[in-house]
Amino acid sequence: MTVTNPTIVLGMGTCGLASGAGKIRNVAQKWAESHSSNITIIPTGCIGFCQAEPIMDVIVNGGTRISYGSVTAQDAPFILDEVFVHKHYLLDGVLGQHPGRNNPIDGIPFVADHPFFKKQVKYVLRNCGVIDPSSIAEYREHGGFLGLERALSLGRGGIIQEVIRSGLRGRGGAGFLSGKKWQLASQEKSSTKYLVCNADEGDPGAFMDRSLLEGDPFSVLEGMIIAGYAIGATEGIVYCRAEYPLAIERLTQSIETLKKEGILEKPLDGAGFTFSLRIKKGAGAFVCGEETALMASIEGRRGMPRPRPPYPSVSGLNGNPTNVNNVETFANVPHILREGAESLASMGTETSKGTKVFALTGKINNTGLVEVPMGITLREIIYDIGGGVPDGKDFKAVQIGGPSGGCIPKELLDIRIDYESLKSAGAMMGSGGLVVMDSDTCMVDVAKFFLSFTTKESCGKCIPCREGTQRMYEVLEKITTPYSQMGSEQENLYRFNMVLHLENLARVIKDTSLCGLGQSAPNAIISTLRYFRDEYEAHIFDRKCPAKACRSLLTYTIDTDVCNGCTLCARNCPGGAIVGEKKKVHYIVDEKCTRCGKCFESCRAGAVLVS
Amino acid sequence: MIVGRNEMVELKINDRTVEIEEGGTILDAAQKAGERIPTLCHIKGLLPSGACRMCVVEVKGRNGLVPSCSFPAEPSMEVLTNTPRVLNARRTIVQLLLASHPFDCLSCNRNHFCELQSLASQYQIESVPFRGKSRIYPPDFSSPSIVRTPSKCILCGRCVRTCEEIQDVSAIDFTRRGFDTIVLPAFNEALRETDCVNCGQCVLACPTGALHEVSALEQVMRVLQDGKKHVVAQCAPAVRVSVGEFYGLPVGANVTGKIASALRRLGVRTVFDTDFAADLTIMEEASELIRRLTSPEANRPLPLFTSCCPGWVKFLEHNFPEMIAHLSTCRSPQQMMGSLVKSYFAERNGLRPEDVYMISVMPCTAKKFEAARPEFGHGSVEDVDAVLTTREFSRLLDLYGIDFAALPEESFDELLGTTSGSGDVFAASGGVMESALRTAYHLITGKDLAEIEFAPVRGFDGLKEATVDIDGTSIKVAVVNTLAKARRLVRNVKAGVSDYTFVEVMACPGGCVGGGGQSYGIDSERIKKRIEAVYEVDRTRVVRRSYQNPRIVALYEEYLEKPGSHRSHELLHTGYQVRGNHRSGV
Repeated sequence: MTVTNPTIVLGMGTCGLASGAGKIRNVAQKWAESHSSNITIIPTGCIGFCQAEPIMDVIVNGGTRISYGSVTAQDAPFILDEVFVHKHYLLDGVLGQHPGRNNPIDGIPFVADHPFFKKQVKYVLRNCGVIDPSSIAEYREHGGFLGLERALSLGRGGIIQEVIRSGLRGRGGAGFLSGKKWQLASQEKSSTKYLVCNADEGDPGAFMDRSLLEGDPFSVLEGMIIAGYAIGATEGIVYCRAEYPLAIERLTQSIETLKKEGILEKPLDGAGFTFSLRIKKGAGAFVCGEETALMASIEGRRGMPRPRPPYPSVSGLNGNPTNVNNVETFANVPHILREGAESLASMGTETSKGTKVFALTGKINNTGLVEVPMGITLREIIYDIGGGVPDGKDFKAVQIGGPSGGCIPKELLDIRIDYESLKSAGAMMGSGGLVVMDSDTCMVDVAKFFLSFTTKESCGKCIPCREGTQRMYEVLEKITTPYSQMGSEQENLYRFNMVLHLENLARVIKDTSLCGLGQSAPNAIISTLRYFRDEYEAHIFDRKCPAKACRSLLTYTIDTDVCNGCTLCARNCPGGAIVGEKKKVHYIVDEKCTRCGKCFESCRAGAVLVS
Repeated sequence: MIVGRNEMVELKINDRTVEIEEGGTILDAAQKAGERIPTLCHIKGLLPSGACRMCVVEVKGRNGLVPSCSFPAEPSMEVLTNTPRVLNARRTIVQLLLASHPFDCLSCNRNHFCELQSLASQYQIESVPFRGKSRIYPPDFSSPSIVRTPSKCILCGRCVRTCEEIQDVSAIDFTRRGFDTIVLPAFNEALRETDCVNCGQCVLACPTGALHEVSALEQVMRVLQDGKKHVVAQCAPAVRVSVGEFYGLPVGANVTGKIASALRRLGVRTVFDTDFAADLTIMEEASELIRRLTSPEANRPLPLFTSCCPGWVKFLEHNFPEMIAHLSTCRSPQQMMGSLVKSYFAERNGLRPEDVYMISVMPCTAKKFEAARPEFGHGSVEDVDAVLTTREFSRLLDLYGIDFAALPEESFDELLGTTSGSGDVFAASGGVMESALRTAYHLITGKDLAEIEFAPVRGFDGLKEATVDIDGTSIKVAVVNTLAKARRLVRNVKAGVSDYTFVEVMACPGGCVGGGGQSYGIDSERIKKRIEAVYEVDRTRVVRRSYQNPRIVALYEEYLEKPGSHRSHELLHTGYQVRGNHRSGV
């Protein structure tokens, strides 16, 4: 970026805004006024280090950018003074410098060397957190639309060959070879074809696609135009979930800009190929991330999947050949076309080329958005990039792929991230959600949580998913319910019976469900059962929760050697479950205990035992 | 385009080779090979839904189980339909269905006729290991024709697809999500308040007791047993080629005589034939057609639409109220009969109308709605007091222990029970049109139509068109069945694209023989057989033209004077209502 006046770059993605970037912008403007100067504030997307938001970059020395993390509204004026008035750069909270084309400044570490960024490769996220997402000029400065130019010169067949050679696989989770998918659609003889971008991103806690749409929307759109040209589609639709208002706003603006620039709705080649784009907002259904349900939703019908074949490439939207791809998949395309297939194929493993964006969340020190080459180990992601598990707790497992994915336990930490390895470990790449769990997490509870999500989001069309996921959820509910709250002996026998059938039920649901939602819903149970069977058995047979997370399975007792009869616990107990006289040892009545833990918190002598 | 045979695909089903036409599914191939694969959500003739997963099979080389109803048969495919994995999957699915289904079988109206029962029995389900949340919904008794009991619904979607794709009414659809999914009218309105036309195709489609007709059995039995009223019954043309199916007789067997005999054994005093009233409808309607042809007026426009189908009439009232003037003002045969029984018949026999009880046996659920229409009846006396569907009729016979197949043949009572072949063919799509043409020809030319069988309007097809030459004038006619086709036709008429003079519309596939009150299941082969049987009945008649029916001639001479007379208008004609439309929010 070439700038002259004091210029700062503020991370204004949803994460930045949520942490207070808006306040910092106001403070910075006030600072500029008080110094009788103008200040240029360039908004940018998410650079991925969400833990350190709000991030404020300053531009100095004619182009060097220095990043400061965890900036508060109070800190900001101080930093601005130090940097622009006193030319002191090495301050607390400095993340590092991006030298760009300039000479680096002595004494300031490089952002690229920061442990969070060191092992990352920003291929698809290269512009996020760097450029102003609404500026087409900046996008062009960074190579924007050179990919489209080259694509037009290669012609349809050439583009498809390039994408096939790059080895790009669908980033939405299924991992189908994208070039192959395009080839199938391009082979159909139809005057009407559609291109659809799946921006529904339903996995709870996943925000890879959101960051791309907010931080670098032009790259997604350029990818769509290239794909549309390749398969012969003249209309593109971005199906974006309504819960992403900022992404929709950026997309809408970007589409308008492209129309003004004559890239959309004007002929792009000598033959008069014209591409138009529109946005269709989702309406709150996770199942509409499934491509046939997504197409039904675009057609205005209830979002229920339908059997395949016929595949969308043959008969999709309104019965026409349609190609559906994920946001991240499209975002890779301009770079592949501009730099060549090798630029992607040179990274990754034999079968999984390129990079993958992951949303690293949960019990981890450095939460954020990371982009890593395929083949990197899980250990590297969690300990090198992620900075390990906080509070000195032990790592227990990481859930990959959202509610449909599976968990990877400690023993498999050295697993390489690629489609095949993850599948054989019982997990799946999914769209890229990574949730880290420590020893305080109960794996049965995790399975229950994910299953409660899938059963609510099931569209209800097919029997195994609609009925089966509800029954699996009920089993998990029953084994995390205490004995004293269960009805009768019959109920208990009944619970055992259901548990015995659990594995068969999970297998049948996986085997027979109509769509990916149902087919992968049992993964939560199957994979936790595979690696943490002992936890399940403790819940079922011993009626205990080893991680002490299932509150209702805990037992609170008073250590008779330690209790001094101060009556604090009895007075704080909301259920009146503690009996005892003053100065005499107290006793907790188990049937009345609601496991709220107030007694444990109140006791000053440490006499309350939790097991 | 190459015209000729499609390529044949050869594949193996359970190690036996079978060939089917390209484009067929694994299910088609299995049926050809004689292997029965269970289905629940499948409706022949509609695109596969893929919802129930009962039809899953193993295919060599594929990972998951494959739904045979939708997966295309491919060359050299090897399909296994009964492996332990497949059987286990099917059993588990049935168990899952049973887990949320009420265990009311013994007191359910589908006991013995329920597809879920059959599957549970076929797959020898001995226990249901999952029990927890279930579907508890209040039943909807609001409609005069159809009762909804959502608690028994297994969400197969057959009713929804039938109402949407065959009838294009969409009165009910899936709502909510996940386990809470349930089939409801929009905004959970009472069925009575919706655009439902009461055709009952959804009842035919429903595999369980979730949808059934409003029962008139109790009320009919009480009246029969009280003995206080003079009970008169009428029987529709479609019933006589259908009710035999319940008693092991072949589809289409003509059991007219047995019906008359059965009704009398139930305690019905006088047994009349709806076919007679159909002849009457022809007299009135053909005259109406001629009046509209010769002296057209703004409030008597062309094309003329038939009005004997109450499902069609309500459909037009909801969706095209601006076209109501096109409807014939004639009442349906059922209503004409009821009207005459309470006037002409009662008077002749010295009975007060309130002491006469009229029952009609119909293949139709919409007739229950029709009988209760406010336009009919006088004061508190209805023209038709109770309507029994074909199914209800057979239930009544079972209740009374009547051995239907062994009954002797009897005839209807002559006064309003003598019919011509024209009356019989009303049961099939095209029958009203053909009958009307036979009589209209005579009314215009004074001659008898020699070629009495009019093939172009016959058959199961949803839209049939023909041009008829009546002594030099040619008129274009159309015959439509199913409401989806009717909607399209009316749109074309409105747009001025078609130049029909006379249109017959039946709401049900194939006509009344495919009505919502017939035996369960949507089966076009059965309907086609019934259609053939209907035209056979016509061929057995000596008199095949309505105007030659001696009792019709007598009725006009004695009582009605002539078609379109003042008395005819009072007793045999009616008006219609403008109804709101959910689709356009009016």
